[in-house]
Amino acid sequence: MKALICIGHVPDTTSKIRFTDNDTKFDTTDIQYIIGPYEELGLTRLLDIKDAGTDLHITAINVGLKETEATLRKALAMGADEAVRIDIDPTDAFFVAKQIAEVFKNGEYDFIVTGKESIDYNGGQVDGMIAEFLNIPSVTGATKFDLLEGKAGFEREIDGGKEVVESVFPFVTSAGKDFAKEPRIPGMRGIMAARRKKLEVITPVEQNLKTEVSKHYLPAAKPACKMVSPDNVEELVRLLHEEAKII
Amino acid sequence: MNFELSEEQILIRQTVRDFAEREVKPLAQDLDEKGLFSIELTKKMGELGLFGMYLPEKYGGQGLDTLSYIIAVEELARIDGSQAATLAAHNSLGIGPLYYYGTEEQKMKYLPQLTTGNALWAFGLTEPDAGSDSRGTKTTGKLKDGTWEINGSKIFITNGASDIAVGVTTQVVSAVIDGKKQFSTIIVEKGTGGFSQVQMHGKMMWRASDTAELYFDNCVVPEENLLGKVGEGSKIMLSTLDNGRLSIAAMGLGLAQGALEMAVQYSKERKQFGKTINSFQAISFRIADMATKVELGRNLLYKACKLKDAHKDFGKQAAMAKLYCSEIAKEVADDAVQIHGGYGLMKDYPIERFYRDQRLLQIGEGTSEIQRLVIARKVINE
Repeated sequence: MKALICIGHVPDTTSKIRFTDNDTKFDTTDIQYIIGPYEELGLTRLLDIKDAGTDLHITAINVGLKETEATLRKALAMGADEAVRIDIDPTDAFFVAKQIAEVFKNGEYDFIVTGKESIDYNGGQVDGMIAEFLNIPSVTGATKFDLLEGKAGFEREIDGGKEVVESVFPFVTSAGKDFAKEPRIPGMRGIMAARRKKLEVITPVEQNLKTEVSKHYLPAAKPACKMVSPDNVEELVRLLHEEAKII
Repeated sequence: MNFELSEEQILIRQTVRDFAEREVKPLAQDLDEKGLFSIELTKKMGELGLFGMYLPEKYGGQGLDTLSYIIAVEELARIDGSQAATLAAHNSLGIGPLYYYGTEEQKMKYLPQLTTGNALWAFGLTEPDAGSDSRGTKTTGKLKDGTWEINGSKIFITNGASDIAVGVTTQVVSAVIDGKKQFSTIIVEKGTGGFSQVQMHGKMMWRASDTAELYFDNCVVPEENLLGKVGEGSKIMLSTLDNGRLSIAAMGLGLAQGALEMAVQYSKERKQFGKTINSFQAISFRIADMATKVELGRNLLYKACKLKDAHKDFGKQAAMAKLYCSEIAKEVADDAVQIHGGYGLMKDYPIERFYRDQRLLQIGEGTSEIQRLVIARKVINE
C-alpha cells in the first residue's frame, strides 16, 4: 500500500511574526521552520501502522523551494520512505492542492494524509480541494485512523460526540489533534538514514493564480488586565457593563 | 571560518531538544530532589541513539561527528545536568577508551551492548588520595600466571554502580620501574569476584546521576582484559580526558544557555516599579553579558570539535573550552539567580538546580586550575 503525506513547512510556534513588502508578505528573517504539528501527527500515525506490520510505503510531499528540504529530511528521519518536493513557492491552497493531486494521479498511491490545517495561514482547505480535483472521498479533521480490510476507518469529533466513518480507497484525510498520541522524535539512526533516502525534486504543473494576499494585520495588542478587589463586586459589574460591554 | 551547522546537526539539535523538553524536563526536579538515577530515562536516551553516536555502525553507533555528539550533550544540559552527565560520561569516558584503544575482539564484545541504553560503562581514574595528581594512583594491578590481580579503590566514578553499570575501565599501577610508577588500564566487568560497586549519596549537584565508589579486593581478571598495552595507562587517560573535556564544556555551555533562557523569560514576566524588569538596564545589561559569554563559549567549543573532526590537535582548545564553558556556567547561573531574586533561591524554579549543578563543572575531569596548567604548558611551549 502506498501513502502520500503532505508535510507543511511552517514557522516554529514560538516565532515572532512580522511582515514585509507593505505587509503583503511574511518576513522570514530569523524564522525557524518545523513540520506542521498536524502533519507530524499524520506521519506518526502512518509510521505506527507500518511498525505494527502493515506493508505501507510512505512518501512525504511538499510544495516549496529548496529551503523546505530540511523539513522533508526530518520527515525522512522520522521514518518516511522517500520524499518529493514540488519545486515552486506555493501561492494558495488551490495551487498546492492542484500540485498534490497531479502527483497522486501519476503515482499509484492508495490514499493521502494532510494536516487538518497549517499553523501559519490556517487555511484548512487543501485536503478538501485535493478530494475535489481527484473526485475521491475526503474525511476531514480525523482524530482516529486505521487501515482495515479493503477500507479505512476514522473517527471525527462532532458537536457533543464522535462520528465513526469508513471509506473505500482511494481517499484523502486530514489529521486532527488525536490522530496519533504524540509526534515521533526521530532517532540518531533515522537522521543518518535520511541522508541516503530519495528526495525527488519535480517541476510543478502550470496553474494560474486564483487568489493573492493584499495585506496582513497583526492582532491588536491585548489591553492591560484590570484587577478588581474581591470585595468590590459592584465595580466588577460596572466594568463588565460599561467598559467591556459584555453584560 | 564557517559557522554554519550541517542539516543533520541542526536536526540533531532539534531532536535532542524535543526529547529533553518532552521526556526529561517533567521528571528532572523530582529525580533531583529524591537523588534518583533513572534507568528508564537512560533507556530512552539509548533508544534515541545518543549512546555511541560517534561509533561506526558495526559497533552499534551512527557514525556521527564530534560536533553532533557535543550538540546532543549541550541540549540535554540545557534542561538537566544529571542526564547530560550520564550521557557525557558514558560516551566520553565509558565507550571512548574501549573504542580508541580496544582490540577488535574487545570492541565487538562490549560496544554493541553499550550503545543500547541498557548498559553503562565507567572510567575508574580518581582515587581518595589521587585527584588532580593522577600519578598518586595507589590501585595496583599485578600480572601473574595469565591474570591481573587488582587491589585498591576508586571514587567519584560516574555511571559506576547502578543496576545497569556493567563494568569499568580502571587505571592501575602495573609496575614500579626505577622508582617510577607504570600505569596500565584494565577492563573489569560487573560480577567479577572481589569487585564491588557502591552508590554515593548526598551530592550537592547532578543528584539524578549515578556516582560510585569502586572497590577491588584481590579482584582477578584474565590477562586479555588489558586495554591497550602494558604501560599505556597514562596515554589512555590523557587522551580520554581530552575528549571528556569537550563534553564537560558542552555541559557548561548547555547549562549556561538554559540559565540564560530562564533569566530572559523571568525578566519578561516579573514586574517591579510598574514595569517588567527587563526594561531596567541593570537587568538587560546583565542579560547582554550573559548572552555574550554563551556565544563565546559556543564558538570556542565548536571550534575544538571541528579541529578534532578534522583530525588536528585539539588538546589546547579542548582545555580552553572546558575551562571557559564551565566558568561561564557558574557566572551565568549566578546572574540568572540574581535576576530571579528571592524566587531563584526556591526549588520551585529550576534555576536553583542549575546553580547547584554548575559547581561540578569547574572540578570534574580536571579542575579549572589543571586546565590552566594544560593551557599554559601548551602556550608557553608552542
